Amino acid sequence: MKIEIKLRDLNRTVEISRTDGQLRFALDGRSLGADAIEIAPGIYSILVAGQAFEARVDSTGGALRVSVAGREYAAEIVDHRQRKRYRGGAIEAEGRQKVVAPMPGKVVRVLAAAGDVVEAGKGLVVIEAMKMQNEVRSPKSGTVERMLVAEGQAVNSGDVLAIVV
Amino acid sequence: MFRKILIANRGEIAVRIARACKEMGIHAAVVFSDADRAALHVRLADEAYAIGPAPSRESYLAIYKIIGVAQRARCDAIHPGYGFLAENPAFARACAAAGITFIGPSPEAMEKLGSKTAARQLARAVGVPTVPGTVEPIEKFEDALDAARKIGFPVVLKAVAGGGGKGMRLIEQEAAMSAAWREASSEARNAFGDARVYLEKYLVRPRHIEIQVLGDHHGHLLYLGERECSVQRRYQKVIEEAPSPVMTPELRRAMGEAAVKLARAGGYANAGTVEFLVDAGRNFYFLEMNTRLQVEHPVTEMVTSLDLVKLQIGVAAGEALPFTQDAVVARGHAIECRIYAEDPENNFSPSPGKILARRIPAGPGIRLDDGIYAGWTVPNEYDPLLGKLIAWGADRKEAISRLKRALDEYYAMGIRTNVGLFRRILNSPDFQNAEVYTRWLDDFLQQPASVVTPGDREQSNADDAAAVALAMWHFSRNGSPEVQKADAPGLAASEWKLDGRREQLNRAPRT
Repeated sequence: MKIEIKLRDLNRTVEISRTDGQLRFALDGRSLGADAIEIAPGIYSILVAGQAFEARVDSTGGALRVSVAGREYAAEIVDHRQRKRYRGGAIEAEGRQKVVAPMPGKVVRVLAAAGDVVEAGKGLVVIEAMKMQNEVRSPKSGTVERMLVAEGQAVNSGDVLAIVV
Repeated sequence: MFRKILIANRGEIAVRIARACKEMGIHAAVVFSDADRAALHVRLADEAYAIGPAPSRESYLAIYKIIGVAQRARCDAIHPGYGFLAENPAFARACAAAGITFIGPSPEAMEKLGSKTAARQLARAVGVPTVPGTVEPIEKFEDALDAARKIGFPVVLKAVAGGGGKGMRLIEQEAAMSAAWREASSEARNAFGDARVYLEKYLVRPRHIEIQVLGDHHGHLLYLGERECSVQRRYQKVIEEAPSPVMTPELRRAMGEAAVKLARAGGYANAGTVEFLVDAGRNFYFLEMNTRLQVEHPVTEMVTSLDLVKLQIGVAAGEALPFTQDAVVARGHAIECRIYAEDPENNFSPSPGKILARRIPAGPGIRLDDGIYAGWTVPNEYDPLLGKLIAWGADRKEAISRLKRALDEYYAMGIRTNVGLFRRILNSPDFQNAEVYTRWLDDFLQQPASVVTPGDREQSNADDAAAVALAMWHFSRNGSPEVQKADAPGLAASEWKLDGRREQLNRAPRT
């Protein structure tokens, strides 16, 4: 199993295989003597060259992050098998994009309407949570196919707000 | 002593107060809104009562609902915590009218000392220094110039109706005075419909240092040392510590006595905090008084070995303070950081949501006052404070290293927290050398976060570990037989074997 990741502006390939019941890893084609176990979903204990790391992977709100050794980085994964792409910002797949609420809250403003042509990063909806307003932006350049929320509406984390094609 | 106390709050402070009640053998009753049915304070309470919808105005701020619960549940006293109704004299009066003890100062003391303008007038009247300036609005430019010359530059013009920096002008020297006067007045008129301005001395890089006071109803009023809260983001405290690294015994006594004098003049009892700004010459100026328990009270508790909440309850029940001023001694150093559900990399936007997993830091010198648990959803209706992480050490250096160590242990997955911000602050030379002031963090955040030196072997191993973790995460979510086998090690062992192992473990150890 092979994927590409982007971390700290570096593109790397990671390959995982299993021999004799042991997980083996190759980084950028070179075998890596790492011992990795999953502690809980998203939490890994990884031993590399005698150094012990605890790494946590979190994709809350669509943003993929990995933290290790007291530092946290935005990360990106490309799996050619699935043609899926996780980014530091949002999931970017080809074609139709569902824009979801990154947090529960109330829609206080709708900034785009169906049919609008939008740039990537253009604000679509403003959600108020914990007395703070947060702009939810378009993950890609395209056309707003549908706006699924109205001002004043309460939304849950993960609710689809709009569709951009 | 009280038999039952109603805690009119939520979150970490409601948990903190409930803990004090339990230690004292007092029943802890709490209230909760619809958003807080599953909150930790409800789980830890002896009794809990629903008070309505999530918006605070219809629940935690609804005086009649809270008084109604206290009466129905036959509570002797109400602890308001901080925020919500804690500094509301009408609430304190409603408690008194219902025959319930309000754990805090009298409504009269609250009015005299809790209002900024009233408290400053009282401070001037009793000779507690305030920031030099004109007490009254200035009518003419000539008067402003006279006042500025008397106070000494730099000065700042502020709108009487002000707030949010509108109508505010910093004036470094006399030449800039007339332009600043025109701009401040017109800006104040545009923003507030009131052109009146007043003048204050501008303090260069002041520190925020506050004095904890505590009084009983037997005429005793003591100061329990200071807390330094200079690390602030947009005037909101982020890190607090005790003692202040710049404190001297003489200054502590002078500030402590000033705080007590002011509190006494206002007829204050129970716990309160007198806030001061302190300039580079160690001159102190009264800022305002908080007539309640502070968020940052644990740092005082850690260095004085006192339990402020229990003392508050005792004093409210009519007990005399069990110690004198001389007995208040600080030992070691304590630092607190306020952990929020917010994203420091995304302009500190709130990050409510479900906490999927977390680890609670522990070990020597560590205290965590929080109100969350794994599996709980942080609601989006309230302040996103998750809790406070406090470290105690024999000295400031040890407190910093313990706090850093505990922050490395802390995580809450599923939400974003500002833990990384604290790492940055605690690692900065400015903080380590205690060279901070009230705007320091705002300046510090303008600088880019330090970049890791490339080629560092440790860092490259960490990068490799991160890459491996990402791959494992991806394949365990997206289906890969290789990884999933590793996820279920329990399946490899047979039930027979496991039973055998359990039996071995249950055997009495051989001696």
